[in-house]
Amino acid sequence: MMNSLRLRAAIVSIVLFAAFIGVWHLATRSTGPATNMSPEYAKLMGLTATQGKSAMPGPLDVGAKLWEHLRRPFYDNGPNDKGLGIQLAYSIGRVGLGYLIAVLVAIPLGFLIGMSPLISRALDPFIQVLKPISPLAWMPLALYTIKDSSISAIFVIFICSVWPMLLNTAFGVAGVRKEWINVARTLEVGTVRRAFTVILPAAAPTILTGMRISIGIAWLVIVAAEMLVGGTGIGYFVWNEWNNLSITNVIIAILMIGIVGMLLDQILARFTRMVTFPE
Amino acid sequence: MTDKFISIEGVARRYPGAGGGTTTVFEDLWLSMARGEFGCVIGHSGCGKTTVLNILAGLDEPSEGAVIVDGQAIEGTSLDRAVIFQSHALLPWRTVLGNVAYAVSSKWRKWDRAKVKAHAQKFIDLVGLTGSEHKRPSELSGGMKQRVGIARALSITPKIMLMDEPFSALDALTRGTLQDEVRRICLETGQTAFMITHDVDEAIYLADKIFLMTNGPGAVLAEIVENPLPKDRGRIDLHRHPYYYALRNHIIDFLVSRSKSFAADATDHDPRNVPTVRPGLPELAIASDAEPPTDTSWPGLARPSTSS
Repeated sequence: MMNSLRLRAAIVSIVLFAAFIGVWHLATRSTGPATNMSPEYAKLMGLTATQGKSAMPGPLDVGAKLWEHLRRPFYDNGPNDKGLGIQLAYSIGRVGLGYLIAVLVAIPLGFLIGMSPLISRALDPFIQVLKPISPLAWMPLALYTIKDSSISAIFVIFICSVWPMLLNTAFGVAGVRKEWINVARTLEVGTVRRAFTVILPAAAPTILTGMRISIGIAWLVIVAAEMLVGGTGIGYFVWNEWNNLSITNVIIAILMIGIVGMLLDQILARFTRMVTFPE
Repeated sequence: MTDKFISIEGVARRYPGAGGGTTTVFEDLWLSMARGEFGCVIGHSGCGKTTVLNILAGLDEPSEGAVIVDGQAIEGTSLDRAVIFQSHALLPWRTVLGNVAYAVSSKWRKWDRAKVKAHAQKFIDLVGLTGSEHKRPSELSGGMKQRVGIARALSITPKIMLMDEPFSALDALTRGTLQDEVRRICLETGQTAFMITHDVDEAIYLADKIFLMTNGPGAVLAEIVENPLPKDRGRIDLHRHPYYYALRNHIIDFLVSRSKSFAADATDHDPRNVPTVRPGLPELAIASDAEPPTDTSWPGLARPSTSS
């Protein structure tokens, strides 16, 4: 039953995909050569005017270009012409670094907030004010103080991914069942050992959920941040190709951003499953 | 009562109540138990039974008074006092063996893995869970979970075992089996145990001493009932013992009526010298004869006084 449901869902997915490609193809195909156009004028005009071709690339154009990119993902022909793989690697590297720093800050701090009502109340106003700030609003300040665009992008990733992790860690730690804490207390387990053997495993599913939200936000923000700081990365690639008016490349970049975002989410989802315990 | 292995001395517990006042759960509680004794506290909800147990465990602190165990005033929790929680409180991310081993390695920090495992295994076998060592709590039935709780408590070889209504969440059949296990283990090992229960039959079967508490707030220990039934009593034929109904009726009478009116009736009640009674002994059997028997509608049972 389960298998047949999956099979049917897969069939529906494929049909939807085929229908989408079909509509896309029909909407962007050429309408035939234009008549009554002087050859000299036609030379000045692109295919859009002479062949009635849509300005939007069709699925076949995108497919061909994608194949080209996938065959050579790591070429480097100077600052404005790098392979898609290199651009994605830059973005993933920035996200990874900013995210890692956020983990190192958010989880210990979240533990502190979750375990100490005093710290929790004292830090609450700061968190409430800082949390809703768009990470990109930090960019000018970061550029001014750090004076390095690449590190500024990493800082922006850090600042956007720290909040969900911090709040979820604090929430998870504060919500550890009293009876589990009591078990540790009656066994005379010290604070540090208690934190690692009871609180951490008990709060881990909540912490990982926060980390999963964070990686999603970080990947959303990196595209915008790289559009601003420029130089390298998939966000810069999108903006550069827009300036080149290469809509095909923009579409390919959008597709790639989606796929990488999905993979990052799946990795965190797998970690979450690993630490989740049935009750 | 010469040997006071556990001695609760003048303990009170108050909470800040609504509107700036204080709510007194119980006050001036004196209670003692000898080594190897099994004590049961019975009382209605809200009389502070669980608070007494938590204070004994060190999880809660008394507002007044002290608790002395084995000649020493207790301070906080201790590995000498193991707790079996009502909700079993197993760590769901650990296996059965992992849960017991966690307790073992907490007590003997320097033991290596193999030694901890062997020790834990011994207690898993003792509670009859051999073969389920690698299951997680979510895969166990309620009774099995509580067995793990018992194994965990016993594995640290505590001086006292504290049980907070350990079987109240279980079905009657499982409860009976576990009561048998606990009784067997306590008798075999000479374990001192302190238990809270709502179940009169459970108290009669397990306890040497039954502490009757009045209704809260402001609960007091009204009476200590010494169990007159023989040590080798069995759960199956408990109710055939000549003293059984005298004892049971005495406790039920207390719970039904006296626990409410006790504070008003017993004006000369001295909390330091709580009366000890042994229902079923001749003089009490006569006294209980005077009251109309409440159990005559049960067929086939001899009245306690006539058979004794």
